[in-house]
Amino acid sequence: MAVVWTRTNGEIFPQLSNIIFDRSHQKPHTRSTTHNMLLARVLLTSLKSFCMKLTKALTNVATIYRFVVRFFKEAIFPPYEWRELLNQCFTIGNKSLFLITFTCFLAGIVFTKQSQPSLASFGAESWLPSLVSQGVIRSLGPLITGLICAGKLGSNMGAELGSMQVTEQIDAMEVSGTRPFSYLVVTRVLAATLMLPLLVMYADGVALLGSFIMVNSFNDSSLVLFFNEVTASINYIDVTSSIVKAALFGFAIGIISCYAGYHSENGTTGVGKAANTAVVASMIFIFIIDLIVLQSLNLIR
Amino acid sequence: MNTETIPSESNVIDKTQRVIEIRNLEKSFGDRRVLNKVNLEVFARENLAVLGRSGSGKSVLIKCIVGLLKPDSGVIQVLGYDVPSLSAAELNELRLQVGFSFQGSALYDSMSIRQNLEFPLKRNLGIFDKKELDDKIMTSLKEVGLEHTVDQKPAELSGGMKKRIGIARTLILKPKIMLYDEPTSGLDPVTAAEINELILEVRDRYHTASIIITHDISCARQTSDRIVALINGESKLNGTFEELKATHDEELERFFNY
Ligand SMILES: Nc1ncnc2c1ncn2[C@@H]1O[C@H](COP(=O)(O)OP(=O)(O)O)[C@@H](O)[C@H]1O
Ligand SMILES: [Mg+2]
Repeated sequence: MAVVWTRTNGEIFPQLSNIIFDRSHQKPHTRSTTHNMLLARVLLTSLKSFCMKLTKALTNVATIYRFVVRFFKEAIFPPYEWRELLNQCFTIGNKSLFLITFTCFLAGIVFTKQSQPSLASFGAESWLPSLVSQGVIRSLGPLITGLICAGKLGSNMGAELGSMQVTEQIDAMEVSGTRPFSYLVVTRVLAATLMLPLLVMYADGVALLGSFIMVNSFNDSSLVLFFNEVTASINYIDVTSSIVKAALFGFAIGIISCYAGYHSENGTTGVGKAANTAVVASMIFIFIIDLIVLQSLNLIR
Repeated sequence: MNTETIPSESNVIDKTQRVIEIRNLEKSFGDRRVLNKVNLEVFARENLAVLGRSGSGKSVLIKCIVGLLKPDSGVIQVLGYDVPSLSAAELNELRLQVGFSFQGSALYDSMSIRQNLEFPLKRNLGIFDKKELDDKIMTSLKEVGLEHTVDQKPAELSGGMKKRIGIARTLILKPKIMLYDEPTSGLDPVTAAEINELILEVRDRYHTASIIITHDISCARQTSDRIVALINGESKLNGTFEELKATHDEELERFFNY
């Protein structure tokens, strides 16, 4: 392919190719027919490469579709992998808890401190707790948790399953009849889907705590008063949608990362690529899901 | 290796019973035809070596046998099952009777040796009784002479040990057929000879039929009753080592001359 391209590229620019290849001895007539033929060839090759890319993209979409369908089939019908599911839930919580605590606490502080002056300029400083709580629960908590988990869990699942794939461990499970898909993929995706809502609730709590410390430093309000204002300003829809959103984040991270790992190839470079794809694609999907949930909520409200 | 349990009876190949039969097998990846007219058969209690250069499609061939890859066309009969047309449940049933030793051993890194061996027992046979598991694991490890590694992790073992654990992990399910993918590749000659020995012991003790995929001529000679050469995706020259050596095939002579 590359060879054809470089050759034909030269021929698209007749003057240039004449200079390079010194075609002055050729008759003009033959030259123009060769040009037409070459132009046709260029068009054909590019058409062919476009078709090949399209076929590849479509096969990818088809395998992703089959992967998701297979996930639901094996998740719904027994046998269930309770033990491994618990194990994965624990691993996920264990892995991301510290990072989430740290980042959300800081985010709560920063968000509050940044909002305070603008509210104060309207003389609406007393609204700070309700503004912050809505910001944290609707957007900040889920988003930070989602992104942290995409990085932490995505790279982990992608690399782990990827290295199992390239070292034939998944094949080994397959040929010993031990149902690797439900053991490795279903448990991870379910665990992420279940754990993200919990982690988001925890993250909200930590962020609000950080925010309280800030508010307290401004006006000495008590914790009880702060949380009364928080609970008054958020409603049922806020909490439910945040939990649903978190579950969707978890599902996206799990299924994307497991897909990337399970289908990695080309040896060790494939493992790195799988981990990378897992993180990047998960992060992109988190923003997409965030937007979709927001739009759907606006329809409901 | 514990030689005292080797039975003295010599192996008898049962020519009336074909356990694996492959006819006109073809497999391509994209434009590249990897397998092209592969024909072979394995009888009960026979060790067949498939000899071929790296990249000649040997791994693809045995992956087709256990249904990890789907052939484009051709017949694959294993223990009476028509492999390409099996449902997932039937395929599982067949796979329980076929042991597969992978080129890179494919031990589960995250698990200890004990957990590696437990895994198929728990998930396939539903055995959870601690004593029964322990018995089976220890018997199987003793078979390959590595009882002391039971609580180690795969990363702590040498290449030859990993290969043997890989074999022990498949033996624990008492397979009727063993498939070895390059059992001696990457091993020093002494360790390789031990693995060859083990392959013969497995045949004699478990009465398995085996396919040994290899590019190593001495492995093929030592472990097999019969050799098939895989050349340019075609199976050729079916016979014992001596018979193959006597034919003057150009491609094959290069193997013998190394
Ligand atoms: N999943 C796959 N996708 C594309 N090509 C493959 C795949 N598996 C094997 N091949 C190709 O098939 C050929 C034979 O591979 P293999 O059977 O692994 O060789 P070997 O005889 O060394 O075991 C190689 O050229 C390889 O590139
Ligand atoms: Mg191979």
